[in-house]
Amino acid sequence: MADAYESLTDHEDDARWAYGTGFSDPLAGVDTTVPSGIDHEDLAAYCLMLGDDALIMSHRLQQWVTRAPETEDELAIANIALDLLGQARLLLSRAAFVSGSGDEDSLAYLRPASQFRNVNLAARADADFAHLVARLLMFSSWRLALFDRLTGAADPVLSAIAAKGVKELTYHRDYAAQWVLRLGDGTEISRGRMRAAVGDLLGGSLVDELFAVHEVEERLAGVAVSPGGVKEEVLSVWGQVMRAATLAEGVGTTAPAGGRPPPGPPPPPPGGGGHDCAGGAFARAGSAFPRAGWA
Amino acid sequence: MTSAAASTAATVAAGVADPEMPMLTLGDLGILRGVDEEPGRVIVTITPTYSGCPAMQTIRDDLTVALRAAGYREVEVRTVLTPAWTTDWITADGHDKLAAAGISPPGPAPRRAAGPVPLTLVPRASAISCPRCGSPETETITPFSATACRSLHRCTVCLEPFEHVKEI
Repeated sequence: MADAYESLTDHEDDARWAYGTGFSDPLAGVDTTVPSGIDHEDLAAYCLMLGDDALIMSHRLQQWVTRAPETEDELAIANIALDLLGQARLLLSRAAFVSGSGDEDSLAYLRPASQFRNVNLAARADADFAHLVARLLMFSSWRLALFDRLTGAADPVLSAIAAKGVKELTYHRDYAAQWVLRLGDGTEISRGRMRAAVGDLLGGSLVDELFAVHEVEERLAGVAVSPGGVKEEVLSVWGQVMRAATLAEGVGTTAPAGGRPPPGPPPPPPGGGGHDCAGGAFARAGSAFPRAGWA
Repeated sequence: MTSAAASTAATVAAGVADPEMPMLTLGDLGILRGVDEEPGRVIVTITPTYSGCPAMQTIRDDLTVALRAAGYREVEVRTVLTPAWTTDWITADGHDKLAAAGISPPGPAPRRAAGPVPLTLVPRASAISCPRCGSPETETITPFSATACRSLHRCTVCLEPFEHVKEI
């Protein structure tokens, strides 16, 4: 009888593990031909931008696992993170295929922080649960509006990824919006925290970056969606939630009732920051290389 | 191709159990998008339920194992992303099996009007009946349950919690 570990390391038999011991290309078997007339380098860069947004946001959400206020929210946050990770895998695979080098793993694991192309909002560390749900509302509203338009993209793979993503993001946005409403129109403490969170997120350049048009998006007419074109719709969704949550007035101008100091630099991550090595790297990458300024 | 062999391969593939909800077959779940036999091999086409569904690799493996066991020596499993999976593809048999397992089957997938995706600020009144006692008096506990495709509910009459395959 071989030792007990042999049965655990039998790489000929992935099926004995719940989900196998490795990952296969999530685009395996998909027709990945790039339509003629689309610039490969630009398409790869665009997929990388959209993929990095999802990858980094997913990691920030995963930091909440074991830290959410209730088991139900832990499940919700983990599920949303999983959806985004799935979108990231598809998009990074697309980027790797189109650029003709590497794969999703080399893009996810082997790039220096300076080469990540996510918007800073995705990397922003959460100060508390109110900050998380406010950030998720902003991120998912923005991404949903982009993906809804991307379903008409001239790249069939990108359009298919977007069509799946729209269904997922609709659930993410509803979850976040309902929490913003509950906390904003809640107790004095929850309201104070929600006001502080919204004030922090709207106070800097995070929002401007979401709607700034990148040169890759400009060049990819017919494929990329201009983020400037979704601004009105996204702001209208935010406004709808803010009004329902009685947060529409004085956001960012009133000291939070809960006593948390007004936010300045990126707030500490949940749990006090002791675990946040990776998060710190993301945040630095974001502030040093904002997407809008990337050339 | 509709030869006897291909229809057998299709039957074998459709009968493979879903790893997350093993009361359903891949056929019941509606993720099997095609089974084609070429000389010397079978090509099975599947589509993911959610972008991040972690069961896809297991499903690929299970299909390959089942078809090899049925005598098909070369099996290729392909993925299609479009059209995106919808719970409307779960068969009537699948609905019955879910209910029998205590999981509330999905209602019709939401149909969208033109324009932006509508925001749901207040959870919709639950139209979901308790799969145990049949009462329509139920409440939503969380829109995301043990897997991305299910939500968690509670019957306010028999007080049992139960899962629901949410419409997508």
